[in-house]
Amino acid sequence: MAETHSLQDLQQPAVSSKVFIQRDYSSGTICKFQTKFPSDLESRLDKQQFEETIQTLNNLYAEAEKLGGKSYLEGCLACLTAYTIFLCMETHYEKVLKKIARYIKDQNEKIYAPRGLLLTDPVERGLRVVEITIFEDRSIGSGR
Amino acid sequence: MHLGVSESMRECEYSQISTRSSTPMETPYKKKTSKKRKWEIFPGRNKFYCGGRIMMAKQTGVFYLTLVLILVTCGLFFTFDCPFLALQLTPVIPVIGGVLFLFVLGTLLRTSFSDPGVLPRATPDEAADLERQIDVANGSTGYRPPPRTKEVVINGQTVKLKYCFTCKIFRPPRASHCSLCDNCVDRFDHHCPWVGNCVGKRNYRFFYMFILSLSFLTIFIFAFVITHIILRSHRNGFLNALKDSPASVLEVVVCFFSVWSIVGLSGFHTYLISSNQTTNEDIKGSWSSKRGKDNYNPYSHGNIFTNCCAALCGPLPPSLIDRRGFVQSDTPQLAPPTNGITMYGATQSQQSHMVSDTETERLPPHPSSSSRAASQ
Repeated sequence: MAETHSLQDLQQPAVSSKVFIQRDYSSGTICKFQTKFPSDLESRLDKQQFEETIQTLNNLYAEAEKLGGKSYLEGCLACLTAYTIFLCMETHYEKVLKKIARYIKDQNEKIYAPRGLLLTDPVERGLRVVEITIFEDRSIGSGR
Repeated sequence: MHLGVSESMRECEYSQISTRSSTPMETPYKKKTSKKRKWEIFPGRNKFYCGGRIMMAKQTGVFYLTLVLILVTCGLFFTFDCPFLALQLTPVIPVIGGVLFLFVLGTLLRTSFSDPGVLPRATPDEAADLERQIDVANGSTGYRPPPRTKEVVINGQTVKLKYCFTCKIFRPPRASHCSLCDNCVDRFDHHCPWVGNCVGKRNYRFFYMFILSLSFLTIFIFAFVITHIILRSHRNGFLNALKDSPASVLEVVVCFFSVWSIVGLSGFHTYLISSNQTTNEDIKGSWSSKRGKDNYNPYSHGNIFTNCCAALCGPLPPSLIDRRGFVQSDTPQLAPPTNGITMYGATQSQQSHMVSDTETERLPPHPSSSSRAASQ
């Protein structure tokens, strides 16, 4: 393992481990993540901070999938135009996904990166998990 | 244009990777190949066209049959019956026919060409993490553990989530693995050979619109071809009418045999939509009251109107497999995963680490490697 990583070790901190926050299906098939605080993060992050991040993400996904007047209108309009309308405009879901991407970037810059953590956008993992990469603390020295 | 999931491409990937591992001092950036798009290394058995924009199942023969049947029947209708009907009755008939035909074609192509809601396979890290959790729960014993399930309570009903050995994920509720396409599909309804694709969350509404409009079109053509023949018979007699317009006979035959199945199917799917069930669930009787007094559908919104609106006009989720995205090198991976080959659309460097370190075929999980991953 060391040989293949040698060059990269010099360039970026080594990955210590990854934590996966799984989906919470108790409310059905809507996109929602578990807010249980994983033990691996205890040394790095506040429980409250973590819960706030996940809760905000859950709220944003709920907004994307909300059934209401606006989404029905969009659906009907799309059907009437034989879905060609999506060639020129984004769906509501896509707009919210962009919002989520911005939020995650923001959280990473402000909170997670200073603590040696990295949030991966769930959309890159098929909306299955929120992947948190834990980087080794360089001050301690090379790990493993 | 036709680029399937080619085995040869996979082999090319491997030869690149082995070169890389044999010279460890070589930087990853030296051996730069042209950037690949994710559809090119997609692990399922799908076919992609137009640079990944179009996605279909492997077997598309029946789809072409569907297309030919629709085009030929409508073509004959517009060529032979419409002129007579437009003159004798009203020109509105061909107009309505035309609109219906375009709608049918549009929805058919949309159903066949779009991503049904394929769930991307787990990245090696995710898979390793899940394996670890399952081993901890079961107690690793060395032989292949029994099928893994997880129970969830959804709106008061206990639902079992099954583990997919191919995709290495716990399938979300209502997802199912299509053996023909070799993908897990979200809200899997069924694999339809007539449209040459799976029917799942993302294209169910198009499929429903297709069969509904096709029912109307079939009945429309059937009715007006009969009208045409009757009107002609009044003038010239029945046999002469058939001789003057032989195409009509073919159209009537095609429509007569299709109308039963298509209208029946439309009716069935209308029932499914109004009760918010998938074909899968209905066939298995998952939410049938026969299973138990307290058995009910936890996904239903309560009333027929909301169920219909949700299925047909609800928000359309985006494709999770990002076909046109570029495969990119990612941050270095942590531990080599337990299983060797399978390509995930995620990262190239992960694949290189996979193969260079393990170079094994797909194996049942090794307790040794999962403990290696766990030891930090």
